[in-house]
Amino acid sequence: MSQTSAVFAPWAEADAKPLISFDRVTKSFGGFIAVDDLSVDIYEREFFALLGPSGCGKTTMMRMLAGFETPTEGEIRLGGEVLRDQPPNARPVNMMFQSYALFPHLSVADNIAFGLKRSQMSKPDITARTEQMLELVQLKDFAKRKPHQLSGGQRQRVALARSLAKSPKLLLLDEPLGALDKKLRQQTQFELMNIQESLGTTFMIVTHDQEEAMTVASRIAVMDKGKIIQVATPGEIYEYPINRYVADFIGDVNVIEAHATGTDTATLTRGEGLKPLEASWGRLTAGDGKLWLALRPEKVQVSVDAPQGTSNALQGKVIDIAYSGNLTTYHVEIDSGQIVMAQEVNRRHLADRSITWEDPVWLSWDKGAGVLMRG
Amino acid sequence: MRRMSLFNVTSLTLVAAFLYLPILLLIIYSFNESKLVTVWGGFSTKWYGELLRNEQFLDAAWVTLKVAVISSTIATVLGTMAALVLVRAGRFIGRTLFSGMIYAPLVMPEVITGLSLLLLFIAAGVDRGATTIILAHATFSMCYVSVVVSSRLVTFDRSLEEAARDLGCTPWDAFFSVTLPIIAPAVIAGWLLAFTLSLDDLVIASFTSGPGATTLPMRIYSAVRLGVSPEINALSTILIGLVSIGVIAASLAGKRSART
Repeated sequence: MSQTSAVFAPWAEADAKPLISFDRVTKSFGGFIAVDDLSVDIYEREFFALLGPSGCGKTTMMRMLAGFETPTEGEIRLGGEVLRDQPPNARPVNMMFQSYALFPHLSVADNIAFGLKRSQMSKPDITARTEQMLELVQLKDFAKRKPHQLSGGQRQRVALARSLAKSPKLLLLDEPLGALDKKLRQQTQFELMNIQESLGTTFMIVTHDQEEAMTVASRIAVMDKGKIIQVATPGEIYEYPINRYVADFIGDVNVIEAHATGTDTATLTRGEGLKPLEASWGRLTAGDGKLWLALRPEKVQVSVDAPQGTSNALQGKVIDIAYSGNLTTYHVEIDSGQIVMAQEVNRRHLADRSITWEDPVWLSWDKGAGVLMRG
Repeated sequence: MRRMSLFNVTSLTLVAAFLYLPILLLIIYSFNESKLVTVWGGFSTKWYGELLRNEQFLDAAWVTLKVAVISSTIATVLGTMAALVLVRAGRFIGRTLFSGMIYAPLVMPEVITGLSLLLLFIAAGVDRGATTIILAHATFSMCYVSVVVSSRLVTFDRSLEEAARDLGCTPWDAFFSVTLPIIAPAVIAGWLLAFTLSLDDLVIASFTSGPGATTLPMRIYSAVRLGVSPEINALSTILIGLVSIGVIAASLAGKRSART
């Protein structure tokens, strides 16, 4: 991959040194393996997201970085140094907790200054730094309040300010926006990104919300059962998932099982009497065999008349219509009996919609619209 | 507020009367002018004055106070430690036994606790006096502290301690600057409870005291055997006042701890 200097992608540079590296890390609790022989490098200034269902080991990875858990096997390095024997209080890593973990007996300012008071910093410097952090999260007027006198969003900002106050090399965020409502969460996502960009601190976020990961992260690691399935940029993960698990976890997807043949373009046969489909090999090397076509709903067009000039067109019947305001998702039963989702942006008013339940429709997509997966 | 039914009013009155009429009578008669306990001779506070001149009672009061303060402090430290182990240590071998053993003194007859402690002190060759009463009181009131503190610890968010560690605290620092201030109301409630328990204990103190260390309840008990004097009424009234203040303060502190 060629990189211009304007694009932030240290992971693609051969000589870049990672800030954090997990080197074949395994963590087991009794018989349960939470993290399984996992290796990954995270670079300075990254906003790295660990994404996965609960129990996939993402929180354990974060807790090992913070120092609350020790790897059973393997090593974690921060700036080249092995972290194993450093207690949490000695690590240049701070964490923002899911519950925020604000100290209820301390004021907002004292919460933020808590970590600074335990460093070598002088009193005037602590005061100045606290002021600065309060300003960063726009809570200057709330310095004297106690946590229970704040709203959820304000508490979240205090927790962020507190964890950033010591200028950690790495900030860990454990489901930081989980407790906020959707509007506030989206707004806060942008705030987080702005803060991360302006400070240049490396952020690592744990989340099970794929939209959140897509929005904030420079790279996403999709995890399952203690392993990282794929690490890539949000766009890459969405457009080129390496297997069905990733494709299914990020966004909506139609997965069509088929047998592929061909060299330049894959010809997909789905079964006897069914129309074969065409797809580009994409990043896969050509080769005959069973595979899956992942097709995002927004890349499938719905039309009443037979479409012209596309590589794939299938006839089907509308089973369900999910209207969500800006989008409409059609659930269409195709020749094989499978339900395929197709999404349209609602540019016109609802009343003008020409397709309704039970209507026969055409689904069409280009051969480059989907992605082929062997796993 | 809703009006109470006749049944509720009656039961409330009966229960209150049953519980507090004797105490009320005692308080009233402590202000009796007459030396005869059962005959009202007009209002007076002279028995309270009399009390202040009674060396025996003053000595006993001093011993009681000393015993209560020291024993409840020891009980609070030990009880809090026990609560921390019970709530925090997770499952360890003998956990159930340990928790059972901590809570057993709550239901153990005082006579048995007193007697066993007495046997222990004799076997160990410890001279009985204020020290042995302190140890005995600390022993039985510790479990009350541990009940109060552990009920608070159960709802304590562990991530608060982790946050403190993350921000640069050693485990000790994290405990003293975060955990303890947050559970303080429960700890104080436990101390007050232990204090009042020690203040009015007669049975265990009788078993474990020696010559020269007589607590107030013991002094009252022996004085009453020679006949009830208005002085005793006055003294009891003061004790009731102290204990009530302790219990009310403990429950207020407990309420505060439940809120945060």
